[in-house]
Amino acid sequence: MKKEDLPQDPGALAKFTREVCYVKNGDGKYETALSVGWDIKKQALDSAWDEVNQRVEDARQAVLAGEKSPIHYFMELRLMDIPVLAGYTGFFPFFIKRHLKPAVFASLSERKLEKYARAFDIPVSELKNFKTSNP
Amino acid sequence: MNTYTQTDAFRHVQTAHCENGVTTALLRYHGLDFMSEPLAFGMGSGLFYIQIPFMTVNNGPAISFRTMPGAIFKRTCKALGVAVTRKKFSSQQAAEAFLDQKVKDGVPVGCQVGVFHLTYFPKEYRFHFNAHNLIVFGREDDHYLISDPVMEDVASLSREELTRVRFAQGPLAPKGHIYFPENVKPVTDEMIRKGIATGIRRNVRDMIRIPGNFAGVNGIRHTSGHIRKWRDKLGLKKAGLYLGQIVRMQEEIGTGGGGFRFLYGAFLEEAAGYMQDDRLAVISEDFTRSGDMWRAAAIKMAGVYKGRLTEQKDFDEIADMLLDIRLIEKDAFQKLSRLNLGK
Repeated sequence: MKKEDLPQDPGALAKFTREVCYVKNGDGKYETALSVGWDIKKQALDSAWDEVNQRVEDARQAVLAGEKSPIHYFMELRLMDIPVLAGYTGFFPFFIKRHLKPAVFASLSERKLEKYARAFDIPVSELKNFKTSNP
Repeated sequence: MNTYTQTDAFRHVQTAHCENGVTTALLRYHGLDFMSEPLAFGMGSGLFYIQIPFMTVNNGPAISFRTMPGAIFKRTCKALGVAVTRKKFSSQQAAEAFLDQKVKDGVPVGCQVGVFHLTYFPKEYRFHFNAHNLIVFGREDDHYLISDPVMEDVASLSREELTRVRFAQGPLAPKGHIYFPENVKPVTDEMIRKGIATGIRRNVRDMIRIPGNFAGVNGIRHTSGHIRKWRDKLGLKKAGLYLGQIVRMQEEIGTGGGGFRFLYGAFLEEAAGYMQDDRLAVISEDFTRSGDMWRAAAIKMAGVYKGRLTEQKDFDEIADMLLDIRLIEKDAFQKLSRLNLGK
């Protein structure tokens, strides 16, 4: 890529930092230049976040409909999947899958709920009294 | 031990990719002033391609454009005769205590961290990616001074924040992983030349001699075959997300990033100087072309995830672009393998 072709399209990173890129200068030699972003990347990131938000909304609906426990919603909200949540809680994936069922969730001990709450960075009360609105 | 460098203050180095940056900044701190990001990347045989089978990341295909985390630092240090100390911890207290001792001794150290809780990163970049690297080089009041190679300026983290990212969970969990070079002796030009030759030879092996069809240049063909089927198999929306993931792995910091083909081109150009061999500079051009083509493919892929391109022929075109890239990279590595750069 030639130095003059380096895109400067402000994206999510623009307020925080610029990125180093390796570009060709006028003499055909490599040098570094700073870029504030590239629309192509920005759109890839935006569409990834659209997908995340859709998944969170779907999860919220599923909890409200009584199909899934609140753990499912917070897992999506924190961008986690079952292996990641297993890491943060110490529960085996098999048990987490069970805890996603509302009936099993209702019988979870305070100690187990606390582990989930800590992994999601929320108070236990928020896990127990699932609210209908987006936080 | 390296007394001649102990008085030097640590200097932050911003780079395109985190692991190259940690390697460059730590080795420079220890007196190896010639170290540059392209050199670290090339000696560490950083260029790669793999679509990891049966694995997904953030609900998309797991594709990497560079070698596995940790390898660049390890190989580059080895080539320069630098001993590396590494530690992982099961207890957070022990990890904090060890780090505090290093900070007290004035030794900058590399840390592997997860980006999800990294407070100085923009929220949009915080996915559960656990192989980010940064340097802790001091402490002011109750905050650690952080040199994150992808940031323009130095950052800082509180004790809680730092411990949290050092003990991020999930795949590639860092477990407080801390590493630093020790016993750095002056390096001769001969050692650098040897390191360059070894790095290139190993990269040739990784890209064109690796068995199987999902890694090295053949991995690009593998992904190309997948892309051809994605529209029918996954539907437009999901196919678009998958292509978006490829672009992010290829370009974005926080997931992979670094424009690795240009970086390798820059390495070969620098290597041509050390080896006094212009053939390397000529082959460097091939990687510049490959990098440009990856970017052109990204623009085409963006057409799909923006919803502008919807036909199967668009997917076929993207797949064909990847096949062209594969040919260029394969040809370039075959040229490199014929150079006989010596041991």
